[in-house]
Amino acid sequence: MNGVHDMGGMHGMGPVVPEPEEPVFHHRWEARAYALTRAMAAFGRWNIDASRHQRELIPPAEYLRMSYYEKWLTGLTELLLRNGFITPEELASGRAAADAAKGTPALPAEKVAAFIERGAPASRASASVPRFQPGQRVRARNVNSAGHTRLPRYVRGKPGVIDRVHGVFVFPDTNAHFQGESPQHVYSVRFEARDLWGEAHSAAGAVYVDLWDDYLDAADGLPISTGRSP
Amino acid sequence: MKSKDSHHSHHEGQRLPSDPALQVLALESILVEKGLVDPKALDALIESYEHKIGPHNGAKVVARAWSDPAYKARLLADATAAIAELGFGGLQGEHMVAVENTPAVHNLVVCTLCSCYPYPILGLPPVWYKSAPYRSRAVIDPRGVLRELGLQLPEECEIRVWDSTAEVRYLVVPQRPSGTQSMTEEELAGLVTRDAMIGVALVQSPQAGGPP
Repeated sequence: MNGVHDMGGMHGMGPVVPEPEEPVFHHRWEARAYALTRAMAAFGRWNIDASRHQRELIPPAEYLRMSYYEKWLTGLTELLLRNGFITPEELASGRAAADAAKGTPALPAEKVAAFIERGAPASRASASVPRFQPGQRVRARNVNSAGHTRLPRYVRGKPGVIDRVHGVFVFPDTNAHFQGESPQHVYSVRFEARDLWGEAHSAAGAVYVDLWDDYLDAADGLPISTGRSP
Repeated sequence: MKSKDSHHSHHEGQRLPSDPALQVLALESILVEKGLVDPKALDALIESYEHKIGPHNGAKVVARAWSDPAYKARLLADATAAIAELGFGGLQGEHMVAVENTPAVHNLVVCTLCSCYPYPILGLPPVWYKSAPYRSRAVIDPRGVLRELGLQLPEECEIRVWDSTAEVRYLVVPQRPSGTQSMTEEELAGLVTRDAMIGVALVQSPQAGGPP
């Protein structure tokens, strides 16, 4: 979706402000929100793409106003409601319903270390041959999906060059909507700054973006800017 | 929005508490009461990221790469495997790529779409990395962003920005500073900062008091 989360290249967001000696979490509730999100994701009722999309659905003005973990909390709350883990009445009262069934944690304490060590690889075994090879010219498709996508607006329709082939990965555009994993090759594509942003930006160099096969068209013979001005 | 609905809305029916601290408290207590969450698992997750997993892991990887050319070659060829040699990997570092800074090329990592970051070697991302200013500007004005953060690169140095749009996570291998020839791997690791491994800073020589 063409949401406000897709920020690459936007102006007016202000300066980058680092915080010296920044703590990992600024408040205890941030730590609990982070950990709750991981613990509930362990049930496998949604996936990482669905949870990213849930945060993208936060209305733009709210998205910009909220702190990072407020967005996580909002996304988690929606997922818990939609998947029946909690009811609106429980959320309103802060108590489990008197007749609520008793469940079993998907992530008990003794499994946390293994969960962190194992992670959740998004690569998939596949014998498929990549459509593109390093050095090959491509063009990012101009697609404006109303659903979840990891094709940023700033590269759509732009020419680039395959830098490397990462392998076969789950496709977020279908996975986020529970329409299957549609595994396909992911490539690192090099876009010259000038091709993305125009002549005035030619000194900036290049941006490398990881793009799935379905985001790309072959563009043999398409002119690509050289890295810098002559 | 500390507005009219910030009072105890749970007495009024369906509204969410607008105070996130109260909302998290409510969620946790409901989920624990229903047997869906083990509060000790939450403690263990938090403990891991507050005390065990952080940039000191990545610093060991960089120091090894500086000290051992064969390791550096393995790191640049297959970062996931090379990082696993030092015992790091897993959640949000399942698929790693290392990119090397040189006098001619400077690498910078961003996630314009959300907050993707290599947890096993850097821990959880700082607020500025997840913020709208960094996400919006790193790809269109990397030199400006770096200048703002105190890093002025020579005009002829090419900047490569890596936008983490997929499940691949990036580690920047900074340049080894001068005056460190006699340092041990452990001492070298002590020089390597989080910001240098994101690509928004250089690693300073031990003699230098800080950025010029």
